[in-house]
Amino acid sequence: MSTVSTETETVPTPEPLAAPVLEAAGVVMRFGGLTAVNDVDLTVRQGEIVGLIGPNGAGKTTFFNCLTGLYVPTEGTVKYKGRVLPPKPHLVTQAGIARTFQNIRLFANMTALENVLVGRHTRTKEGLFSAILRGPGYRRAEAEGRERARELLEFCGLGAKADHLARNLPYGEQRKLEIARALASDPGLLLLDEPTAGMNPQETRAAEELVFAIRDLGTAVLVIEHDMKFIFNLCDRTAVLVQGRKIVEGDRETVQNDERVVTAYLGAPLEGTTAAQEDGQ
Amino acid sequence: MTETTTHEGIHETSPVLPLPAHLALGAAVGGGVLAAASAAMSWTWTPDFPGDLTYYGSPAGLQWLALAGGVLTALLALAHRGLKGLRWLNPSGSANGVLFAALGTLAVCWYAAGSIAVELDGLVNLDPGGWLAAVGSLLAVLGALGLPLDRRRAVRHAELHWGLYAVLVVSAVLRQGLGQGWALHAVPPGIRPLFTGNLWFFVALPAAIAALRLWRLLDGWLRIGRIERPLPAARPLPGWAEILVVTAVFAVGLGVVEFGISTEYGELFIGFLLLTGFGTAALLASGAVGRLRELTSRHRAVTTGAAFAAAGAFPFTQSSETYVLIGTNILIFATVALGLNVVVGLAGLLDLGYVAFLGVGAYAAALVSGSKFSVFRDLHLPFPVAVLIGALAALVFGVVIGAPTLRLRGDYLAIVTLGFGEIFRIAMNNLDGRSGPSLTNGPNGIAAIPDVSLFGFDFGEAHDFGALHLGKNGNYLLLMLVATAVVVTVFARVANSRIGRAWVAIREDETAAEAMGINGFRVKLIAFALGATLAGLAGAVQAHVSGAVSPDQYLFTGPTPPNSAFLLAAVILGGMGTISGPLVGAALLFLIPAKLEFLQSYQLLAFGLALILLMRFRPEGLIAGRRQQLEFHEVQLPAQAAPADDVPTKAGA
Repeated sequence: MSTVSTETETVPTPEPLAAPVLEAAGVVMRFGGLTAVNDVDLTVRQGEIVGLIGPNGAGKTTFFNCLTGLYVPTEGTVKYKGRVLPPKPHLVTQAGIARTFQNIRLFANMTALENVLVGRHTRTKEGLFSAILRGPGYRRAEAEGRERARELLEFCGLGAKADHLARNLPYGEQRKLEIARALASDPGLLLLDEPTAGMNPQETRAAEELVFAIRDLGTAVLVIEHDMKFIFNLCDRTAVLVQGRKIVEGDRETVQNDERVVTAYLGAPLEGTTAAQEDGQ
Repeated sequence: MTETTTHEGIHETSPVLPLPAHLALGAAVGGGVLAAASAAMSWTWTPDFPGDLTYYGSPAGLQWLALAGGVLTALLALAHRGLKGLRWLNPSGSANGVLFAALGTLAVCWYAAGSIAVELDGLVNLDPGGWLAAVGSLLAVLGALGLPLDRRRAVRHAELHWGLYAVLVVSAVLRQGLGQGWALHAVPPGIRPLFTGNLWFFVALPAAIAALRLWRLLDGWLRIGRIERPLPAARPLPGWAEILVVTAVFAVGLGVVEFGISTEYGELFIGFLLLTGFGTAALLASGAVGRLRELTSRHRAVTTGAAFAAAGAFPFTQSSETYVLIGTNILIFATVALGLNVVVGLAGLLDLGYVAFLGVGAYAAALVSGSKFSVFRDLHLPFPVAVLIGALAALVFGVVIGAPTLRLRGDYLAIVTLGFGEIFRIAMNNLDGRSGPSLTNGPNGIAAIPDVSLFGFDFGEAHDFGALHLGKNGNYLLLMLVATAVVVTVFARVANSRIGRAWVAIREDETAAEAMGINGFRVKLIAFALGATLAGLAGAVQAHVSGAVSPDQYLFTGPTPPNSAFLLAAVILGGMGTISGPLVGAALLFLIPAKLEFLQSYQLLAFGLALILLMRFRPEGLIAGRRQQLEFHEVQLPAQAAPADDVPTKAGA
């Protein structure tokens, strides 16, 4: 336990001056007797791409859900740009955190453009009455929204697919559309949950380019992934989650050379951690 | 034509009957002409058959339908041949339209001949005209089967299970045995009465199985399929000509609807349904509907205007007040169904007590209408204010019911709204001053609601505008039409807006929608409240149109259409999330029970069957929305949205 915390404290921070976007401190998520996420700290700074890896069932997606308000953490706080996040998903999105889903959750019977327009929901405010009255303000906002949505589709390489139903897009493009939809809310932090799952190497490469481009737009990215090559190419820092705990965080060398990470992935018993895990339960 | 390549693996274009091309075309055209010509002859010698089909040179009733069907068949066949001046009728180049039109004519003619023979006891009652209609329409179908039709390559059905044939034998034996009495010994004495009178079941079951078997054999032989043929680019017409075409189409549509509403006897209405069903299929296959859709999407305002003008012209074309009243009732029903479509079709909230909001609006408006049965009998507010009060009252109830329940997901809302519908009806029954506070006059309801008078125009009296006559029901039809226009406008504008997209997103995936920043509860509450308000508005008008409100008008299910079950059926039957869908669905659901009185006792059974069949064969409803069209016919998309260079990538998609 103590070794874990010392390990995380020695993280070499590449740009100590950049302001933190996301500060998760001591996040614990329990479901009854099961502790899915156990005392995880994570900081994402402006302009960073941070990876989150770990074996299946390590609690990565649960941690994501704690960050996005889908779950309310049992303990700990999550701050976005210095402010504690509200416990409702739509308020989190409004605050500036957008996400994609591990199993694609597009609005299947809406077109690609409409999906992105839904993503812009929090950044527009035309209500029922302006929709019925259709005044000039409404028309302008609607036109601007469509313009922005088309830009985003273009940005994600889906410019030609704007009027296709989401369900009819091929798998890789559905993943891209999820990212475009998330970007539509102009987020300060984008959470990607396994964005390259099921992709071939070329598509993975394209996804990498896309994530870099998103970073260059000024959006910090936190990405869950199993593809190590993808993660280490992409991320400035990587945190490793095993059985709900963050065992190490750091750059490529730190993580790759950490024997606990190796053993966690290869399934060998972990002396220090298993004991702690049993204590926790 | 490139897009059809994606279908080539499963479709082919070939005739069913190996006829020489000229012979097939000649038979189709000639058969159609014969069937049409038979309308000018006598079909039967006695005027006993409804409609009096005994005259030479003067078509009546079913003969008009044979005439229309025959002419349509002949024209489509000629258009398929590429006759100059008719190509607009068959832009897709598919011959399937000819077959559908011929089948429609066959259905009408044979149905007419059959019912003459059955009702008047024997084929001797058929005059040469009747025989000619039957032979001509058969000839047209045979000819159409010889044309190059779009067909599936493979037989779609697996063989029927042997167990079904066993059921067939067993039920035939049982029917025989129970009829003669010897099989009754196998039945416990207590339930024997069940098996003496209801033997129809033992006939109906094998009949259904045999019909299914026959259908599969027939389908395996015909293999009629549908190739999505892209329409070639239309020759550009000047704008005014396109508008003229749209107007003319709606004028014809008005004529068709008027014919349907003013059918005087069941046989004619069935014939009408048969012909319009097959005729629509024919025009869809021939591409004429697709071409029209291009026009209407280019002139949306004109289309809407023409549709409302056609509906508004309806009372002027009618001499009988009864049919105008039917038209008004259809409008009421359709308007409420469209309001429900906001809740069900867009937001995906299953509301089983929607009619209660109609009732709230109707009661609220009736209370302030100045009726002498109202507890506020001295309060006579002007009609627009009464409508506003009705809508507001429904809004309040919508929010009150929705606020606690919309936080839940899934089926709870259905249960709560079902309960609310019943509570409303029972409460209205009991607020009579004896069982509860005096408000609604109990089961007697609030009758004698005074006629509306707006700007000096008394809706209770007939008016003449030059040569045009407008009776009392006509006045109210126009008033109701205004309410319909309001609801249509609101629906159209909201459906394609930020809030409308949020509703659809919630319907599609509530978790993802919330993660995209949509406040699910708030958005659902707006949908629910808007739906309730629209129902309240329609209810307030309805109270004034029908002149009375009573609790038994607002049931979950009942014999008269505006009830919750029928409303939901109209939305689902017509097509969820569309504007024209619920309007068509409501018109059908109102007309069918009103016209076919013999169905009345089996009405709910027939509905159940119809809905099951519809869900099996056309789950998107009669009129598919834009999204459903995209889902099923995506190959057509690039033509209207993006340049055609998009096509090859999509074939791989």
